[in-house]
Amino acid sequence: MAETKKIATRESFGMALCELAKEHPEIVVLDADLAAATKTDIFKKAYPDRFFDCGISEGNMIGVAAGLAACGKVPFAASFAMFATGRAYEQIRNSVGYPHLNVKIAGSHAGISVGEDGATHQCCEDLALMRTIPGMVVLNPADHYEMIEAVKASYAYNGPVYIRLGRLAIDTFNDPDNYSFEIGKGITLKEGTDVTVIATGLVVYEALKAVKALEAKGINARLINMHTIKPIDKEIIIKAAKETGRIITVEEHNVIGGLGEAVCSVTSEFCPVPVTKLGIQDTYGHSGPALGLISEFGLDAESLEKSIEAIVKK
Amino acid sequence: MDNQEILELKKNACKVRMYTIEGVFNAKSGHPGGSLSAADIITYLYFKEMNVDPKNPKDPDRDRFVLSKGHCCPALYGALALKGYFPADEIKVLRHIGAMLQGHPDMKGTPGVDMSSGSLGQGVSAACGMALAAKYDKKDYRVYAMLGDGECEEGQVWEAAMFASHYKLDNLCIFVDYNGLQIDGHVKDVAGLDDLNKKFESFGFEVIEIDGHNYEEIEAAVNKAKSVKGKPTAVIATTIKGKGVSYMENVVGWHGKAPNADEYKTAMDELNAQLKALEA
Repeated sequence: MAETKKIATRESFGMALCELAKEHPEIVVLDADLAAATKTDIFKKAYPDRFFDCGISEGNMIGVAAGLAACGKVPFAASFAMFATGRAYEQIRNSVGYPHLNVKIAGSHAGISVGEDGATHQCCEDLALMRTIPGMVVLNPADHYEMIEAVKASYAYNGPVYIRLGRLAIDTFNDPDNYSFEIGKGITLKEGTDVTVIATGLVVYEALKAVKALEAKGINARLINMHTIKPIDKEIIIKAAKETGRIITVEEHNVIGGLGEAVCSVTSEFCPVPVTKLGIQDTYGHSGPALGLISEFGLDAESLEKSIEAIVKK
Repeated sequence: MDNQEILELKKNACKVRMYTIEGVFNAKSGHPGGSLSAADIITYLYFKEMNVDPKNPKDPDRDRFVLSKGHCCPALYGALALKGYFPADEIKVLRHIGAMLQGHPDMKGTPGVDMSSGSLGQGVSAACGMALAAKYDKKDYRVYAMLGDGECEEGQVWEAAMFASHYKLDNLCIFVDYNGLQIDGHVKDVAGLDDLNKKFESFGFEVIEIDGHNYEEIEAAVNKAKSVKGKPTAVIATTIKGKGVSYMENVVGWHGKAPNADEYKTAMDELNAQLKALEA
């Protein structure tokens, strides 16, 4: 296993773009005055002629990306998740989704882990918004290595993709020598029979630490890393529902419209079991250090351990 | 352009108007007013100017046209059918269930449609992306977009205008179909667009004002736009909403309404008479 690193997935995204761009001249990158934050500046530095800053105009950026894609380019358009998917929702829906154009949209600074900037910038609705667009693939990678592979997979897929990026530097936990990413295929990180925890994005590693700690308490929890929110991996959910009889979802996102409801839509139709949705409980975030907020909202390893234990023992 | 060419364009525009009326009548819905005002410019672009081939609609080197005022697609469909992209019979089932021709342009389903559009303000951004792609690929195709005057109330139009000017997209030519009317009334009463020329000028465009029903003026504007280097062009085309159908001309109510059977007959009789006169 490679050395553990602490790195934000936005940084991994910028690095992955540079790597891919070497072999694929049709890749171009757009940003809306946030290149230093979304880390497309890594690409900008390497390929200044293939980087187009659109200024603070996310709606236009998405439209420009659509036009580029209609002419055979593969644009990656980045902004904060709030503005990329919120401000430009309708442009994504009508100019990218409806014609199924090959545009990749990256939403950085997603979730409460934006930290001090507070509620206006803490987008906990992006996964929900992007899930509703027909044909849109929605990815939420959990660490550096997964992000690298997710960016490659998004390029290989011909059609619109949304990729969620985080601001906070986080520990890697995947082993790059023994890791493969497939769109729509969840990854079982730990087997278990008492309950299944399905987590996505930044909180996957927190959930992993939690389920490992629960072993000592005699709770044998399965953990699935659901890096793809859409198309959701039905098979792995149904199997987990049948074998463990109970599911807990964990996401740094509103419990309305995100991973939890995507999982429920599978269980309710194919194998009804109780599902508890841990995440942002239909509220706004607020200012504060990222780690403090993650704990406050019950998404750190310690809080998750307590929540899972309480649910299992209920 | 000689008189014979102008005559041929006028005949084609008349047929485009007839297809418009036929399509909207059979659909019992749609947008005749702005389609008729745009018909001459669209006809000029497809029958005189643009390097396009109906047999190879996806040719990467073709010129592009984005109808940003997507609701006026009956005129675009008329031009595409006349050009041979698809059988004209498709227009009779415009907006019907299962039809190829949607209420607003669908690039996936309709050969010859370069961009899906309909949500106002969005097409012009896509046109910028296409023009940027041409620059990036060092290709010499040109990109045309048509906006409504009311559409210019959308903020995205001005985001796109800043972008086009910043990236010196001199291969982009925007037409504004300035017919002066929008759903809620006269543009000047609804949102006060004037002075549109100055707005585009201050956003860095070459601005050309024309009569959007005069082919010599349309041609002069298109040629001027091609000669302008380092900046995009906006052609502000004064037009008559409902042009060619007497009772629709300059009447706001015909923005988004289909004629009834009697009105349909009157419109087609008028257009047939115009065509006959042109063919005489």
